Amino acid sequence: MKSTIAFWNILHKDMKNYYLKPPNISWGIIFPFAWMLMMFVKTKSAFNIEEVFPGIVAMSILFGTTSMLAVTITFERKSRSFERLLLAPIKTELLVLAKITGAILFGIFNSLVPVLISILYFKAGVANWVMLFVGIIFLSVISTLLGLFISVSAKEVFEAQTYSNFFRFPMIFLCGLFVPVAALPVIIQPLSYILPVTYGVDVLHYAISGTNFMPISFNLLLLTVFSFILFYISLYNIKRKWII
Amino acid sequence: MTKNILEVQDLKKSYNGFVAVDRISFNVKRAEIFGFLGPNGAGKTTTINMLIGMAKVTSGKIFYNGTDLTNNIKKAQEMIGVVPDESNLYDEMSGFDNLCFCGALYGMSKKDRQNTAHELIDVFQLSEVSDKKFKAYSKGMKRKLTIAAALIHTPEILFLDEPTSGIDVANVRQIRRLIKKLNENGTTIFLTTHYIEEAERLCHRVAFINNGEIIKTGSVDYLVNESRVTNSIEVRFEPVNEAKNNLLQNLQLQFPDLDCFLVNNDTIKISSTKTIDIAPVISSLSKEGLIIYEARLIKPSLEDAFVKATGIEINLMKKEKENK
Repeated sequence: MKSTIAFWNILHKDMKNYYLKPPNISWGIIFPFAWMLMMFVKTKSAFNIEEVFPGIVAMSILFGTTSMLAVTITFERKSRSFERLLLAPIKTELLVLAKITGAILFGIFNSLVPVLISILYFKAGVANWVMLFVGIIFLSVISTLLGLFISVSAKEVFEAQTYSNFFRFPMIFLCGLFVPVAALPVIIQPLSYILPVTYGVDVLHYAISGTNFMPISFNLLLLTVFSFILFYISLYNIKRKWII
Repeated sequence: MTKNILEVQDLKKSYNGFVAVDRISFNVKRAEIFGFLGPNGAGKTTTINMLIGMAKVTSGKIFYNGTDLTNNIKKAQEMIGVVPDESNLYDEMSGFDNLCFCGALYGMSKKDRQNTAHELIDVFQLSEVSDKKFKAYSKGMKRKLTIAAALIHTPEILFLDEPTSGIDVANVRQIRRLIKKLNENGTTIFLTTHYIEEAERLCHRVAFINNGEIIKTGSVDYLVNESRVTNSIEVRFEPVNEAKNNLLQNLQLQFPDLDCFLVNNDTIKISSTKTIDIAPVISSLSKEGLIIYEARLIKPSLEDAFVKATGIEINLMKKEKENK
């Protein structure tokens, strides 16, 4: 019960202090819009919404979650308020879960904007609704954990943002968002396979257009494994670096 | 219930071969104010960090209420309140919300934490600003709210790291009064400060730490008396002109066992390794035509004890801390 109170209040505090601030909400709306507009300008006219739909959803989640964690973790560490959380009689695992839950919810919220625009305005078809939401949740979790991994390694917010970009931009090209993994040069394909986002994007492709290059159950299994690995590495880093 | 709320045995902390704290041992008795004094880099913060679970212990043991919690400080965190040397509450939250949030971290129900937050806001005289964001608080208010936040779950032992550093005199006095009151109500306090006079005024017992080692531990009275090597009295009189300076020579001739010197034109300090019989001295000075205002025994202070034990000049220590 005590842990539940602590968990809920950390989450509530983060939502109120960071995620539900007007700039972040507007960013969550404008960012997917900007990507869709870019696609529209690029193709000069109508574009195949099913082709870009998974990409925009995935990027909205990826950029939203990783950017926010740089603030909620690195900034709090820098201002020493994270110390207050570490001094509370709650397990570090629970504390980290509470911190990342806000980012996961923010990632899901960010994905809703392109989903709603694509479906309501562009009349995009969805082959499998359940898998679309499973894919969104998994992508939100894995992107958040990538953000956590980066944030824990950085000392300053700008450092976390720089490291995030170092991961995010290559990922856009490598994870099959706009260029299928199979169409990438053979020499760089292994890089795609070690990126967890690749498997999340494959789930989204399957959910929207019914095309996938890996079996869905395998994608979900790998996403689960990646999630555990990233969570425990981050946890290990917090305990090793912050409780010195 | 054990007599000692905290017991530390041979506690050691080293980083990459550098020994920050070297096998220190001490205990903190229930309901006392225990001062932990030392210069910058002496090992104070490292020790506190180990005691509160923010640093791993290299070797040694930490007992809370008689239970060895060296490797499980999380278990002790429920009974610990920590006030770090810098306020670390949330800038964007109001004072009241900050307190309620801190209560929630300890699993307090909404009603309990709100009631306690209101009480603490009253005690710390922050009612007028309780709805304002923390970032709008003055340094003194921030300090008070940080102490209040550490008390929200009614800890058995409160760790205060430099509680009055860098704040104005009025807030310093209020915080000192609150520390006293808290202790009178049964809270054990572990205090680090570089204001030795603050420790002398507040603490029951102190430990001097330097270079990672505890030099001395004991009650304030014990340490002060132990540092006494001479007895001194100070005699104050109506200011005299320079022509009266020969009164020192006369005094010295009459009382060869005493060391006398003129502090300024209205004060003489007299010291001796033996007990000073003050009446003949006063009588002699009166015969010299001096109008005596007062004669008082100069007691050694904790500062003298600290300087004697560590060889560190207090002013240097204060300057270091202020520069930090």
